[in-house]
Amino acid sequence: MALQIEALTISPRGGPALFAPLTLTVAPAAVVTVMGPSGVGKSTLLDAIAGHLAQGFVQSGRIWLGGRDLTTLPAEARGIGMMFQDAVMFGHLSVGDNLAFGLTAALRGRAARRAAVEAALQTAGLAGFYNRDPATLSGGQRARAALMRTLLAEPQALLLDEPFSRLDAGLRAEIRSFVFDHARARGLPVLLVTHDGEDAAAAAGPVVQL
Amino acid sequence: MRPEGQALRRSVLIVVVLAVVLPIVAGAGQTLRTAFGLHEGLGGGLSLAPWSQLFALPGMATSLRLSLITGVGSTLLALILALGLCVALQTSGRAGWGARALAPVLAVPHAAVAIGFGFLIAPAGWIARLLAAALGWQDPPLVATVQDAAGLALLLGLVVKELPFLLLVMLAAARQVPVATSLALGRSLGYSAAAVWLRLILPQLWPLIRLPVLVVQAYALSCVDMAMILGPSNPPTLAVAVTRWFGDPDLAMVYPASAGAVLSAALVAAVLLGWGLAERGLARAGLIWLRRGARGRAEAGALRLASGLGVAVLGLGFAALMVLLLWSFAFRWSFPDPLPESWSLRLWANPQGGWGRAAGYTLGLGLAVTALCLTLAVAWLEAEDRSRAPRAAWATALIYLPLLLPQIGFLYGLNLLFLRMGLTGGVAAVIWAQALFVFPYVMIALSEPWRGLDPALIRTAASLGAGANRRLFSVKLPTLLGPILVAAAIGFAVSVAQYLPTLFMGAGRIATLATEAVTLASGSDRRVVGTYAVLQAALPFAAYGLALAVPRVLYRNRRALRGGM
Repeated sequence: MALQIEALTISPRGGPALFAPLTLTVAPAAVVTVMGPSGVGKSTLLDAIAGHLAQGFVQSGRIWLGGRDLTTLPAEARGIGMMFQDAVMFGHLSVGDNLAFGLTAALRGRAARRAAVEAALQTAGLAGFYNRDPATLSGGQRARAALMRTLLAEPQALLLDEPFSRLDAGLRAEIRSFVFDHARARGLPVLLVTHDGEDAAAAAGPVVQL
Repeated sequence: MRPEGQALRRSVLIVVVLAVVLPIVAGAGQTLRTAFGLHEGLGGGLSLAPWSQLFALPGMATSLRLSLITGVGSTLLALILALGLCVALQTSGRAGWGARALAPVLAVPHAAVAIGFGFLIAPAGWIARLLAAALGWQDPPLVATVQDAAGLALLLGLVVKELPFLLLVMLAAARQVPVATSLALGRSLGYSAAAVWLRLILPQLWPLIRLPVLVVQAYALSCVDMAMILGPSNPPTLAVAVTRWFGDPDLAMVYPASAGAVLSAALVAAVLLGWGLAERGLARAGLIWLRRGARGRAEAGALRLASGLGVAVLGLGFAALMVLLLWSFAFRWSFPDPLPESWSLRLWANPQGGWGRAAGYTLGLGLAVTALCLTLAVAWLEAEDRSRAPRAAWATALIYLPLLLPQIGFLYGLNLLFLRMGLTGGVAAVIWAQALFVFPYVMIALSEPWRGLDPALIRTAASLGAGANRRLFSVKLPTLLGPILVAAAIGFAVSVAQYLPTLFMGAGRIATLATEAVTLASGSDRRVVGTYAVLQAALPFAAYGLALAVPRVLYRNRRALRGGM
């Protein structure tokens, strides 16, 4: 399933457009990187694609996912997973329940759901962490857990909003390949926003400058 | 820790314990003793007779049931509607606007709300008049819509009064919770905004609003003024029944009345315990619900319904205030007319008719109580600063204590103690009793802005050689003028609303707008009642207006200090 963006523009209400009309296609299992200086509207672009555009912005153009027109759908109906800069975990829930919150409702049965979460924890190298307080996780553990939570919702595309920028250099490469590998294995089109050239190089896909 | 801070801290603690905790404990103890037959004035030994007397009184079971249904029902309903409105306001980005619009509505005292609401929904009330015009009725409908036996009017009136408060508390709490992040994350996982609110945000919000909700619950279970005006009269709610028995000419009635007061306190304690248990149960059930992963597409509709009903209830509140104003200026207003036929300034032009004296007492008491409580609150907060110690949990509990205990539970005992000290019936006793309930609100209102004061400001002043006192009087107080005035306005509004403490401690000799309005509400001329209720609502309004205006005028060239709220 490919993610297609067609002549997309975003402008603050009554203001000039943030960038020239953007058209691009992200093939399944491919990573397209969007680069540009901070403040150019990279995050806003992802917000528009995922359906989180703040009030006060106007957009035009269309967004397609595998032939489905997403443009007017609410965020929750788009089937687009998103990884944020901070890998936010809900502090009032355990690590496992954070993942359980993400797990798609299509999988039924308490035991099966629990098993799916445990398996995802295992994949993230967090076996036995179900009842842990997310505040006790390291940055890398948190990033992996957040990716698992996103993937458990079974999205059809993945947007990455500088998800590696807060990680220290050693961890970055590891988490980056962890994320890319999992996205590729599922055949997800990935749109990565970053201002780090290394991210773009590692993604090994087309690069779009905003 | 410096000795200077210790001394202030200790003296504030002593004042609070002696002036707030001790009277409450002693009053509650005295009520409890009387409930078990011990009463110095009347004689008699330890016995359970007051209790058998209490349960033999006609309508006791009904009174208990009424209190429970109206108290718990109104709080639950107000909470649900507030949540719906909070979500709607947050979603539309109008939260700030909502908070500003609500603040003054909050100031309207309970009795005035109840009277206005009664004028609205009574068989010959404003709503019936408007309907009559549309449907061609000639006579009011023959349905008891006020003081109905089931207590529905009281339940709804309590919702009208408490909804703005709960909503404001919720909006303030939502600022401390990562609402936007939760929504973005939850929606990217396929949950609707409503589903995210119920699954993720509400559990984070609840610890911040728990205490205010419990305060509302305790009040709704034990309120007297609103229940006298809107509740059924025979049998009334438990708190009203107990108040009547205390006022019975037969002095021996204090025994079952005290037992009733203890029962009323036990009812509050049991219901608060029930909230605690329900919280645990719901947390557990909520986790199971969350783990099931259902995306909850239907929940948006439920929340929209709640916000729609909430808007309707807020509308009723505004209409209640309008109809009070209309009646106070009406000369002739007979049934099916939607508006008065002729107007008059007769009542307003004639303060000697009674309202002048009551307004004078209310104003004087309010100013004295507010000054007292504000001084104590500033001393408390300054003592916390100087000893550099955060507030202990027991200190917070101490502040909330008077708001969680039903007034009827200790006011009689307190009155008895004051009587022995020769204080009853005097202005001092009423000031003291009111301050018990005003102080917590002033403290709550002032704590957050006080702690939010930029510490760099204080450090700068200290590095310039300003001592603790100069830092307080020349830096903190002027900088916090806005919040201090708002806290004062809230305290004043609470004082103006006090009914039971004024009634008990004033021994009927001190007639304020609250006591007069409640007394007149049963069966008096609507125009007269309207005048008292409008005045009772107008005084806090004026206080809020001043609290907002003074910093704007004083600090017209100081942008950072202008906002009062």
